[in-house]
Amino acid sequence: MSMALFTKRLAKELSDLKINPPVGIEIEEAETFKSWKLNLDGVDGTLYAGERFALEFRFSPNYPMESPEVVFVGNIPIHPHIYSNGHICLNVLYNQWSPVLSVRSICLSIQSMLSSCTCKEPPPDNSHYIRTARSSPKLTQWSFHDDSV
Amino acid sequence: MSESEEDMYDSYKSTDEEQELDLDEDEDEIFVEEDDTELNFTDVVAERNRKKNYEVEFNVHSVEGIVKSQDDEIIHVSNILGIQKQHAATLLRHFRWNKERLIERYMDDSGSVLKTAGVITDDSRVPKFMKVYGFVCDICCDDDNDLNTLALSCGHRFCRNCYEHYLTQKIKEEGESRRIMCMASNCNVIVDEKTIELAVSPEIHSRYRTLLNRTYVDDNEYLRWCPAPSCEYAVECHVPNTSLTRIVPTVECFCCHRFCFGCGLPDHQPSICMLVRKWVKKCEDDSETANWISAHTKECGKCHSTIEKNGGCNHMTCRKCKYEFCWVCMGPWSEHGTSWYNCNRYDEKSSQDARDQQAKSRASLERYLHYYNRFANHEQSAKLDRELYNKTEKKMEEMQQTSDLSWIEVQFLKKAVDILVQCRMTLKWTYAFAFYLVRNNQTEIFEDNQRDLEMAVEQLSELLEKPIEAEKITELKQEVLNKTVYVGSRREVLLEDTAKGLSEGRWEFQGFEELHE
Ligand SMILES: [Zn+2]
Ligand SMILES: [Zn+2]
Ligand SMILES: [Zn+2]
Ligand SMILES: [Zn+2]
Ligand SMILES: [Zn+2]
Ligand SMILES: [Zn+2]
Repeated sequence: MSMALFTKRLAKELSDLKINPPVGIEIEEAETFKSWKLNLDGVDGTLYAGERFALEFRFSPNYPMESPEVVFVGNIPIHPHIYSNGHICLNVLYNQWSPVLSVRSICLSIQSMLSSCTCKEPPPDNSHYIRTARSSPKLTQWSFHDDSV
Repeated sequence: MSESEEDMYDSYKSTDEEQELDLDEDEDEIFVEEDDTELNFTDVVAERNRKKNYEVEFNVHSVEGIVKSQDDEIIHVSNILGIQKQHAATLLRHFRWNKERLIERYMDDSGSVLKTAGVITDDSRVPKFMKVYGFVCDICCDDDNDLNTLALSCGHRFCRNCYEHYLTQKIKEEGESRRIMCMASNCNVIVDEKTIELAVSPEIHSRYRTLLNRTYVDDNEYLRWCPAPSCEYAVECHVPNTSLTRIVPTVECFCCHRFCFGCGLPDHQPSICMLVRKWVKKCEDDSETANWISAHTKECGKCHSTIEKNGGCNHMTCRKCKYEFCWVCMGPWSEHGTSWYNCNRYDEKSSQDARDQQAKSRASLERYLHYYNRFANHEQSAKLDRELYNKTEKKMEEMQQTSDLSWIEVQFLKKAVDILVQCRMTLKWTYAFAFYLVRNNQTEIFEDNQRDLEMAVEQLSELLEKPIEAEKITELKQEVLNKTVYVGSRREVLLEDTAKGLSEGRWEFQGFEELHE
């Protein structure tokens, strides 16, 4: 995989995020093209209003042909699709990834996933999952039963 | 193909007209043997096709055969449905090569079939490279005017470089071949095989073809790769997974490897797959070793060192802390007073319970070891038989130089060793079979057959160990040939009985409640 595509894409995404940041999303740290940290604010009028979370993105040199690894770090939102170790059950991060998607679109998907939540509850299998999951969520065999929450 | 391979191929060849997959091309082979002039044609066919209870029909296919059968299926479906070949291929892969289901569904509602499979059959939109004025690639953000671009029939257009990177990533890194989708988000249109060939390097394309062949066999319930290392043949056998409690489908590849079509493990007749899995796990399980230790050793009541009893006397002294106790009741020796070597505390309740527990575990362990030792013994002996053959072969070579024996004359030994080893494998698995078998008057025949085969095998094995003298070679040869035939027939009798019993549900296995509802 050519380094050119990988760095060119991330440089472009970074400048776009800086020039035109989406509401409630802010770059915390993007010193390298290996990993970035972004802050994500809960949207007003939703269950997460007033809360701030942090997302960590890790990129492989195959990005964007391969999806980035995305997890919550620090304050983990309580949500039926977010495990207490920060892993996120969201299909676009895994089998529905497309190279057209970006850091921005991932942040927006996660923000909307939080906003549409009607009941602050951890996933039913949380305790089992965090005991057995590998460190990268990309190594989990996800099954996506419910995209509506 | 050698003559013997051809022979084998013929004898297992299926003539079932209903067979869904007929991958073989040499349809015009006829089962007539010239010497069988006294039999008419139908008799010969009936004779050759009457298979034994423990045998199944199967075919062996080379990679070329696998490729060809995919092509045939694709052309067939492409003609029936009137769609281009690459689309027929995508549909077949989506339906895991279940052609009948595909055609039925397609006739029913072609629109929804095409949509879920990710196919757009628009002949005006055949993917090809082109330069598009003012185009910006959404992935790499390149906007050069002479950028080569490609769009699938869905119309999502990206640059050639991005396509090549993407396909290379999918094929080389992710091992994907069957369902590589359009790069656009939420578009499930499949990159067809023609487009892939257009966009990737020859090296990646050949990897792609290999992956397609692999999934073709993996997706097909009636095909399985030969598990022998670096063997590239696949075996076709029409025994469904649901029959594996009643049949042990054993096949033999062109490479001579015999294996179970149901689970892929080496030939394990007469044991069914389920029983084999359980037995292998039991043997691997460390708890069996732990059981052995608990049955043969005891812990010192004071310092907890492990003490193994190796003599008859019950007065034990711990080597480490010098604590003296009674092996029978485990109580301190000092409390035994004058009864000395005759423990009279044996009937006390606490001693009794401890012993009951110990006795139970010992009995079940001894039962297991009885079968396990015989199982392991045949495995070991088969190795020794092979070694013996190698030694004998060397000796024969020497003899050929001093006498007028020819190479062909010593081949009977090789054949004998092959049969011997095969019989030992069968015998080996009869002990796993017997371990789980619930004994009743039906099982007596099995036990008799097992004993007969065991005896025949040991006789042949002994015969092969005899020193070979050049002047007695004709005698020895006759004797070995007779015994070899006999051993083979004992194996056949045993396998016939066990296979028949399986198909009739005559056997009851303990610990397999799922088999007897
Ligand atoms: Zn591009
Ligand atoms: Zn598309
Ligand atoms: Zn093979
Ligand atoms: Zn098996
Ligand atoms: Zn001691
Ligand atoms: Zn005693």
